[in-house]
Amino acid sequence: MKRPLVTLDGNEATAYVAHKLSEVIAIYPITPSSPMGEFADEWSAQRRTNIWGTVPMVIEMQSEGGAAGAVHGALQTGSLATTFTASQGLLLMIPNMYKIAGELTSTVFHVSARSLAAQALSIFGDHSDVMATRSTGFALLASSSVQEAQDMALIAHASTLEARVPFLHFFDGFRTSHEVNKIEQLVEDDLRAMIDDHLVQAHRARGLSPDRPVLRGTAQNPDVYFQARETVNPYYQACPEIVQKYMDKFAALVGRQYRLFDYIGAPDAERVIIAMGSGAETAGETAKYLMEKGEKVGVVKVHLYRPFSVKHFLQVLPETVRTIAVLDRTKEPGAAGEPLYQDVVTAIAEGNGIKPRVIGGRYGLSSKEFTPAMVKAVFDEAAKAQPKNHFTVGIYDDVSNTSLDYDPAFDIEAPETVRCIFWGLGSDGTVGANKNSIKIIGEETDNWAQGYFVYDSKKSGQVTLSHLRFGPKPIRAPYLITQAQFVACHQFSFLERFDVLKYAMPGGVFLLNSIYGPDEVWDHLPIETQKGIIEKKLRFYVIDANEVAQKTGMGGRINTIMQTCFFAISGVLPREQAIKEIKKAIEKTYGKRGEAVVQRNFEAVDRTLDNLFEVKVPDKITSKLTRRQPVPENAPEFVRNVLGKIIAGEGDSLPVSAFPADGTFPTGTTQWEKRNITLEIPVWEPDLCIQCGKCSFVCPHAVIREKVYDPAYLENAPASWLSADARWKEFPGMKYSLVVSPEDCTGCGLCVEVCPAKDKSQVGRKAINMAPQPPIRERENINWQYFLTLPEADRTQFSVKSVKNSQLLQPLFEFSGACAGCGETPYIKLLTQLFGDRMVVANATGCSSIYGGNLPTTPWSFNKEGRGPAWSNSLFEDNAEFGLGMRLTLDKQIEYARELLPQFSAQVGEDLVSNLLNADQSSETGIRQQRERVTLLKQRLQTINDPRARDLLSLADVLVRKSVWIIGGDGWAYDIGYGGLDHVLASGRNVKILVLDTEVYSNTGGQSSKSTPRAAVAKFAAQGKGTPKKDLGMIAMSYGYVYVARIAMGASDQQTLNAFLEADAYDGPALIIAYSHCIAHGYDLRKGLEQQKLAVESGVWPLYRFNPALIAEGKNPLLIDSKDPTLPVSKYAYNETRYRMLLLSDEQRAEALMQLAEKDAKSRWAMYRQMAAMHYNDPASGNGKDGDGQHG
Amino acid sequence: MMVDLSTTYLGLKLKNPVVASSSPLTQKSETAQALEAAGVSAIIMHSLFEEQIIRESLKLHEDLSRGSESFAEALDYLPTYGQYSVGPETYLEALRKIKRSVNIPVFGSLNGVSTGGWIDYAQKIQDAGADALELNIYYLATDPDLTSSELEEAYITLVSDIRKRVSIPIAVKLSPFFTALPNFARRLAEAGADGLVLFNRFYQPDFDLETLEVTPNLVLSHSNEMRLPLRWIAILYGRVAVDFAMTGGVHSGLDVIKAVMAGACVTTIASEFLQKGAGRAAGILEEMNAWMEEKEYTSVMQMKGSMSQKAVAEPASFERANYMKVLSSY
Repeated sequence: MKRPLVTLDGNEATAYVAHKLSEVIAIYPITPSSPMGEFADEWSAQRRTNIWGTVPMVIEMQSEGGAAGAVHGALQTGSLATTFTASQGLLLMIPNMYKIAGELTSTVFHVSARSLAAQALSIFGDHSDVMATRSTGFALLASSSVQEAQDMALIAHASTLEARVPFLHFFDGFRTSHEVNKIEQLVEDDLRAMIDDHLVQAHRARGLSPDRPVLRGTAQNPDVYFQARETVNPYYQACPEIVQKYMDKFAALVGRQYRLFDYIGAPDAERVIIAMGSGAETAGETAKYLMEKGEKVGVVKVHLYRPFSVKHFLQVLPETVRTIAVLDRTKEPGAAGEPLYQDVVTAIAEGNGIKPRVIGGRYGLSSKEFTPAMVKAVFDEAAKAQPKNHFTVGIYDDVSNTSLDYDPAFDIEAPETVRCIFWGLGSDGTVGANKNSIKIIGEETDNWAQGYFVYDSKKSGQVTLSHLRFGPKPIRAPYLITQAQFVACHQFSFLERFDVLKYAMPGGVFLLNSIYGPDEVWDHLPIETQKGIIEKKLRFYVIDANEVAQKTGMGGRINTIMQTCFFAISGVLPREQAIKEIKKAIEKTYGKRGEAVVQRNFEAVDRTLDNLFEVKVPDKITSKLTRRQPVPENAPEFVRNVLGKIIAGEGDSLPVSAFPADGTFPTGTTQWEKRNITLEIPVWEPDLCIQCGKCSFVCPHAVIREKVYDPAYLENAPASWLSADARWKEFPGMKYSLVVSPEDCTGCGLCVEVCPAKDKSQVGRKAINMAPQPPIRERENINWQYFLTLPEADRTQFSVKSVKNSQLLQPLFEFSGACAGCGETPYIKLLTQLFGDRMVVANATGCSSIYGGNLPTTPWSFNKEGRGPAWSNSLFEDNAEFGLGMRLTLDKQIEYARELLPQFSAQVGEDLVSNLLNADQSSETGIRQQRERVTLLKQRLQTINDPRARDLLSLADVLVRKSVWIIGGDGWAYDIGYGGLDHVLASGRNVKILVLDTEVYSNTGGQSSKSTPRAAVAKFAAQGKGTPKKDLGMIAMSYGYVYVARIAMGASDQQTLNAFLEADAYDGPALIIAYSHCIAHGYDLRKGLEQQKLAVESGVWPLYRFNPALIAEGKNPLLIDSKDPTLPVSKYAYNETRYRMLLLSDEQRAEALMQLAEKDAKSRWAMYRQMAAMHYNDPASGNGKDGDGQHG
Repeated sequence: MMVDLSTTYLGLKLKNPVVASSSPLTQKSETAQALEAAGVSAIIMHSLFEEQIIRESLKLHEDLSRGSESFAEALDYLPTYGQYSVGPETYLEALRKIKRSVNIPVFGSLNGVSTGGWIDYAQKIQDAGADALELNIYYLATDPDLTSSELEEAYITLVSDIRKRVSIPIAVKLSPFFTALPNFARRLAEAGADGLVLFNRFYQPDFDLETLEVTPNLVLSHSNEMRLPLRWIAILYGRVAVDFAMTGGVHSGLDVIKAVMAGACVTTIASEFLQKGAGRAAGILEEMNAWMEEKEYTSVMQMKGSMSQKAVAEPASFERANYMKVLSSY
């Protein structure tokens, strides 16, 4: 049978099988498994059927726990149900997994295996999550490659029906889930042949039905639980043979033979590695290479890890083996060994045959590279008389000395495999073009092809690295390319920041996108680049891709231009054919977006080759430019030695000792990472500026700062320093300056959009305007540095209650990795300006935890006194509870400190104690005075020799008022964390919750949440969400004692400020729901504030504050801050692709949903109006809260 | 006495001179049917704007590409659709649908930017079943280097090119800003235009003095606006061998009568229908009937051009002298 050869990634390959073999699919987004759910959702939306001819029903749940529960229910009623997940998501499924297995229910969960959050979160691949499920009773079936991911998916679905043991099919997150490889795709007949419909019907017959009622899920007692638990043993004993049977059936059908344990290598091997997942693929290929060199080595690739069949394992082990090295891609601290190691030790011990020595080691945690060189190091170690046990490989462990040395130069790649590296910028389309190239090579030539893509952890100005391999043999190399025959750099500025040529092989090709032509480019290269080209004897090509892109209307997207260059130089296809195929790919990829897009791309392709030039390489270095240091010399030591290395892309070289043992990192480090990612920055016009502070207020990256200062500071100011007379009645005779940090700015332009001051003679000129950055970069750097030396505003000297004044406060959240124009970060920044020196933050996982806490650097910062937000991220689902715990600590410590204080009245002074206990800390002045009292208290306690005094000393700081802020997105607040959030609000405790509401799961790529409004398209709501947005604020208001505000700074910055101040002042729980425009909404975020305004004017986002404190005054607590809606919702919505795309795809549904959305807006508005008009004239009614749990 | 309201325009026999001009009412089959029921004799679709199609396509591409393939956790931000209606198909489908739902002629309308686009879309509109095609040539000359003759030449070439490629009648909708309109009109006729529609009402921008921004401003027409086309149709009637349609400012039966008397075959009406609904067409026809009956006119054809410059006793009243006369009347 002819099967198509396709190039796709592991997620798609797996989802293809799962969708074909399921009836109910419950999903929830989590990296790196989200695409499987997205595929399933889109295919069902497109009415693609399963093998039985019906469309699988796909539902998004509120959490992975919910998905597992829904799957459990679907299974219990006889559906073929599946789900996709990873990491923390899998952990949340564990309770249901025990149940599903305990009830012997056939199902397959597909898992892209990922690290678990421990000392830190990681989105990358290892087996920590899967290993946490190994006692659930699920069978664990491992795939090592994209091809296997597809094949094993089918084998799992087939086996589970007969075995009745549920299956967890897993493959390595990112390495396999996101690797694009050419595979043979199974056809529907294969799937039909493998699935026994009788077993399907038997599964259905076991389902609960009132027509044949039974009961499951009993509670059992000591008398019987144990015995009942042992009933399943025969099923587990039979399971391995069943899996092998289906593997054999698969082999007969398709031709690829798998075994529970596949052995690769010498039949007389003395050293054998046991591994699973993609690492086993690398180990297998390396063993073959070494075997050809005469070494007696082999690899056992584990497919069926649970149930672990000792019999089958021992069968594949060569009798000659003397040392076994077991590799685990997980860590189990405190265990006698990692899980696979322990199983192998047990298997050997229980076996009656050979007793080789067994050593175990860890590798590849969080997608750490695992290369043939490391495999060789393990084999070499196994050959030693006293090999290291419990070793690590791939890192340098100078703390516990576990690591093995390896020779990074060791390479097994076939010379005929062409290897290419592309440095790109996220926004230039490099990755997308390379994915197309891989498809072209894989599907239009006889070559096998592989693509793997390394992304940035920042969300703006991201660097991408594409690793492409192709050649005559299948590519089994699940590790990064280190020696490439072709290196392309799509952004000239990278030469200044990275060692772009480190991957270039001698004699290879270097293609550079350069504004300088072939005759002048050489002198503009840094010394290091010139050296690399000369020493490696590279053939050097240049193209001004940006010019071609500009001329052909492609804007910044140079993807197809660079792709054309690649094909032209590499010669993988004849030029004419290559161009034909590129155009075909363009048509296929972009055709649906309209003819204009296709034509512009065609034109760009056609104009490319005339602009591609080979450079005659001089034989000597002429440049005076050098690559920039990742961080400046004056950065703190840890920043220089550790974070700087990570910034430079050399994090792999850092030893274990470089890191804190408990995951604690310093704050305020983004200031050292000058990313210099924009070509345009705002420039201030003092003569026009009205000093309103709006530009600074909305700046998502805190790069616009203002200060009011004594004119004396002008004396030493740089020549280019700009100033104006300060327009503050509080500061007569003072000067005012506004500066921009040129190398931290992302060029989003929000500041210019919001600026209200226009030149009376030329209205296009505002008080702040974008200007090209390169010519003024140095000048503005000097100004910025001088600005930092000016004193910060004295917070006690002015009221912070106006937008204008608020911007004199130092932001303690700066230069984050958020998207350019992010709608969330301005709120966070404002919080830190107002309360940053006394706030603790609990941050839900999501965008804000990534731009707030992803290494290398952190935007959370501190002031000159060393005070600043203390921040932590626990999980996604538990953030409200996490923050509540922080509050409880503070409350308890305050209580204890207040109990201790009077006991030392005599020693520290009665007045001091009384003042400390009765301090009014409602103002900045009050807080400062309390800080001074605490300082005095600590001084006086120092001399008291009493253990209770030591205690009080350690607690004294809590006497200064602290704010606990619980921050997260709508995915957390509306969905996965809602139960906890609700409970925390209900607790009445003094916590402040800020929901950064983007109306989708932004961080994982825009999946629908319960906050997604009706008519908006999102992933998992591909046909437009049919139900209205959940009204979280209304739910919170129903408690009566929760402060609630709905804000949108683009519509009213003053209302935003008021809400923050009131929430902080309110002695109880507060919830602020902040409209956050987002890249997932599909428009230029420069217009984000304007969209916020339209959202409010259309009634989609009413602004209000519900302050329970007003009830006691006999006032209605609900104050609506926005006017009656004046715009139709469509006027707001259709500016955004998330709404417009439905109009362009299914006009009828779009219009129907939009009409309902209009009604939603109107009816909610009417309800708020009625609530706001109610009379609250009975002060005795209180706010419904008894005061329990209220302190300080 | 029965009044014959029928007229001919672009070679098509129409039951009266009241044609529904492009407005939201002519975009959907339901409202088109309502217009037909109220008596309009033909429907002119809104314009197919090539520039809008190009922009929509590029914008969609930009918006869907933004942020994609850049960040490991979010390789894109919106679901993938198999198809978007960003080409001319939505327009053509609307045209086909209206054509199927009414029995009166339906005219397509087109505004292109490239020669290729004009011709391609003109053919597509013809293929979709349009009875005639209105070319909405909307070009605001802002470049000081562009001369009026160059611009006129470009228009002529365009009309001539399209004439060669489509067989249905073509009307050209013009702006009033031509220095020597009669000459230009004659050359358009020679290039193949079957009719001229006078005049295009541009959306004139306004200033928002609060925000100091230029704002688009769509204002519905008033009856006094028809003076401009009235004069020019009156001048051109009989001098240039094409049919004339008057557009802009026609609100009543009397307005229609004036237009016909100036020489228009038809009047095209939008604002009046938008304000008062599709049913207003019946009222307009009633007003025409009543007036014509009262004045004992028997047919529209009888009065067509009866007050054109050639037909009036004082042709100069349409020219400069008219201005002086107005002044002296005070």
